[in-house]
Order: sequence, then C-alpha cells, then structure tokens
Amino acid sequence: MNYSVAFFTILIKEIRRFTRIWPQTLLPPAITTALYFLIFGKLIGDRIGLVHGVSYMDYIVPGIILMSVISHSYSNVVSSFYSTKFQRHIEELLVAPVPNYVILAGYVCGGIARGVLVGVVVAGISMMFTHTTILHWDIAAAVFVLTATLFALAGFINAVFADSFDDISIIPNFVLTPLSYLGGVFYSVAMLPGIWQKIAQANPILYMINAFRYGMIGVSDVEIELAFAMTGGFIVFLTALSLLLLHKGIGIKN
Amino acid sequence: MTALSIQNLKKTYNNGFVALKGVDLDVQRGDFFALLGPNGAGKSTLIGIISSLVNKSSGSVSIFGHDLDKDTVAAKTCIGVVPQEVNFNQFETSMNVVLNQAGYYGIPRKQALQRTEQCLRQMELWDKRDVVSRRLSGGMKRRLMIARAMVHSPRLLILDEPTAGVDIEIRRSMWEMMQEVNKQGTTIILTTHYLEEAESLCRNIAIINNGQIIEKSAMNSLLSRLHTDHFVLDIARPLSAAPIIEGYGIALSTDTVLDVAVPKSHGLNRLFQALSEQHIEVLSLRNKSNRLEQLFLDLVQ
Repeated sequence: MNYSVAFFTILIKEIRRFTRIWPQTLLPPAITTALYFLIFGKLIGDRIGLVHGVSYMDYIVPGIILMSVISHSYSNVVSSFYSTKFQRHIEELLVAPVPNYVILAGYVCGGIARGVLVGVVVAGISMMFTHTTILHWDIAAAVFVLTATLFALAGFINAVFADSFDDISIIPNFVLTPLSYLGGVFYSVAMLPGIWQKIAQANPILYMINAFRYGMIGVSDVEIELAFAMTGGFIVFLTALSLLLLHKGIGIKN
Repeated sequence: MTALSIQNLKKTYNNGFVALKGVDLDVQRGDFFALLGPNGAGKSTLIGIISSLVNKSSGSVSIFGHDLDKDTVAAKTCIGVVPQEVNFNQFETSMNVVLNQAGYYGIPRKQALQRTEQCLRQMELWDKRDVVSRRLSGGMKRRLMIARAMVHSPRLLILDEPTAGVDIEIRRSMWEMMQEVNKQGTTIILTTHYLEEAESLCRNIAIINNGQIIEKSAMNSLLSRLHTDHFVLDIARPLSAAPIIEGYGIALSTDTVLDVAVPKSHGLNRLFQALSEQHIEVLSLRNKSNRLEQLFLDLVQ
C-alpha cells in the first residue's frame, strides 16, 4: 500500500487548516513580534548599546524568531490533534490502514510547516527594523527545522494526554512561555549573576536559541555541538514516546 | 467464504466492566446481517473492536480471511464503518470529508476524486459537495458518513444505527440505498433499534445481551418461532367489556379498541367469525407491534 498518499493527505489537511484560519494563526505573531522589535529592539535597545559586539536589535532577532517557531509548531499540533480527538474524527484514521508513524509524521510535519511559515513571517517583519545578514545558513536552517520538529512532537504528546481544552493550554502558558523568555531571547546568559548562569543552563530552549543565534549572527553562549546533540536526543526520545503512545492507543482508544 | 469471523472475543474495560464475555460470530459473504441488542449489551464494543477503535482483551477477528492482528492492512482495507454518532470534521466540506478518507486508504488523488463523486452521487449529496459539513441536515450527515465509509469500496460495510433520529421518509430512502449497496455485492452488518428495519432488510440475525450472543439464526427461521401475533382491532360500536372467545386473549383497550392475541394455530378467520356472531363489527385491523420486537423482548428479558 502507498502510505505517501495518506501522509500527504494528513499534511495538506493540516496546512489547509492553519492557512484557512490565518487571522488566528499567522497574523498575531506578526503583530506581536513587530511590537517586540519596536519596543525592545528600537526604543529600549538603542539605549542598551552592544551585546557581544552586535546591536541589541540584532541580538534579539534570532531569539524572537525561534520563540515564534517553538510556540507555533507546538500549538499547531496540540490544538489540531486534540480537536481531532475531541470531534472524534481521529476514528477516520484509526479505521483506515494508516500506520502510526504515518499519522505522527503527518501531524508533526503540519506543525513544522506552521512553525517554519511563522518563523519566515517574523523574520520578514524583523527586516523592517534591521538588516541582519545570516552568517551560517546551514546551521540556522538546521536549528530552525529541528526546533520546530521537537516542539511539534511535544505538542503531539500533550494532545494525546489532554482530556480538555484546559489541558492543551497549560504547558504552553506555564512551561513553554517562561522557558522561552528565560532562554536568553532578550539577554546573554553572561549577564546573569553566578548561580543563575548555572540554572539557566538547565533550560533546553537556551541551547536552541543560542545555536540559532550563532547561525544568524555568529554569537552564542553555548557549545553548538551540545545544542545539536541535545535537540537531536530530545527528538529521538519524543518520537519513540509518541509511537509508543499511538501503539498502546493511550488517549485515543478504549 | 466468511466475511467476518469472530472467535472467543473478550473485552474488559479498565474500570473492570466486562463488555464481551467470549463472542463467537460468523457472517457470510454477501449477507445483510442484523446485530441486535439492548443498550449496553456490547454491540458498540464489538463493532469498535472490529473497526480497530477499541483494543480487545483476547480472542480473534478476521475479515475475509485476514486476521486483524497479523494481516492488519488487508483486514482494514476490507471494512467500511458508519458509526452511531457524527465523527467527521465539521469544518470540512462534504467533498473533503470523503476525499480525505480516500487518501487515508492510499487511493491516488485522481481516482479518489472519481470515487468521491460516485459515492456522493449515490448518497444524493453531490449538490452539497461544497457545503461545510456542519451545515448539513441530520439525514444528510448520516448519508455523508455512508458515502465516506464506501469511498474505498469496502467488501464489508458496518452500519451502527445508521437511521437513528432521521425521519421516516429519509429512513426509507436510506433502506433503498443500503439494499442497493448489498445487491452490488457488499456484505452489510446492521445494528439498529428499529426492529422493523432489521426485519425488512436483513437475512440473518444475531442478538447480543450482557456481552454474549444469545441468538443466531436466519431471520425467517427466527420469526417462524413466533407462536402468537398481536393485533389491534377498531370496532364500530362501543363495548363495556371485552368479548370472550375461546383460544384468543382479548382485552378492551378503549371502548372501541380491542387488543387481541392470536395464536398461529387458530388464525384470524375463526376470530372474525366469532366476533361476527357476537354482532361486533370490525372497522380496521393492524399489528400491535413488530413481530421481531416481540421475539427480541422475549429473548433479552
């Protein structure tokens, strides 16, 4: 049987979903990040001066782009897959001969697509305020896609366990947003006092943001190899966990 | 060849409720088969396991000879399921609901478009193809689920109370559609609470109660076991007491309506003759209840 047809059916359905509701999915990050660039980058940033030898505006652009990627790849999968469960049209997939890995790949790639599209929109907005050039395209692109993949997988697992719409907003609001803000989007870890530098290094998002920042402007607080290893490790772990949950039917079968 | 073969199927839910206690069931190819049972008898669990929506505790299910555990893809490809409740994406158009399902079965786009058109036309929904599915009427939603279930040309179609909550006109038209699908060679398993529906459409029947199959036979042979028919007679002049006629159980429902239990061995001629002798004029006659309904109640009580 040709599983690529099933995969593309899920993926296209997912892309159609978030583009159909673009005022909810694509417009808000454009407005929010424009405000970030205006307030933090332009108004406050001009008074801060250089960070690691670059302007404050250039310093925060990679973090804001990646924060949008994290938030939107996660929220796309968590809301779409939970709604599939809630409306019970997950049964359309379970009845059909679609292997679990195809279901997972379809939803995760849908999340990656939204994460990447939002990231590109935010990057476009940033061009209105600064003209950052990308120093290492390969590293920036790899971190961009791997981060979207990781958080799309995390969103999938959240959706599997969710029993109500409250359950799909708890992690983004109380875990992802604080970790993103504390992950060095607006500051360098070197600015933190002693013990807080150590605590900050336990935040996985710090590594992704700094790796992406390195890819864009060549500045990082962490080892790039470690950031890739950590992101890759999380992707492998979350993929295995997602497939196990689907195999057991947890959250989707009686 | 059996379309569906179930052996010693058991299901215990996590809360300890035993829904199926060892079900054995064979449905022959080309059959129009009724699966009846009261609420909570285990019908939905049984259908859930066959359609991979519920994990079984033990036992085996094979569809057209393909074991559901070992030959999953082939087994699943043979089945189409129409569930009890609406379970399609209510934000998609009717066309996309069916088209997406074709995609899940691996049908290439060009062929999927042709099949989608065929199925929507057969279910008289082609003119509603661009309507967002939540805007369809209740009957149309049911027909859309049948179209979706048929898009991959399944050899076995499972219809779980497909006509629940639809008006009589739509129900009759759905009966015709189901008969047409069966005539074209698709085996159909139907669960319904409308026993008239099962009696009219199905050739074989199984009755499930408390997680066990308590009756399995041809519809005709089951109905032939019915020894007494119940009729309602409207009479011309009011009576103060029910007439007494030997061999018949007669009760006065209102002063102009009689409830009569007619043993098959006695028939109706003797009844009418006796009523006539007592100067009771009968204006009309109708069945008190569906024949299968009486048998069903006898079996499950």
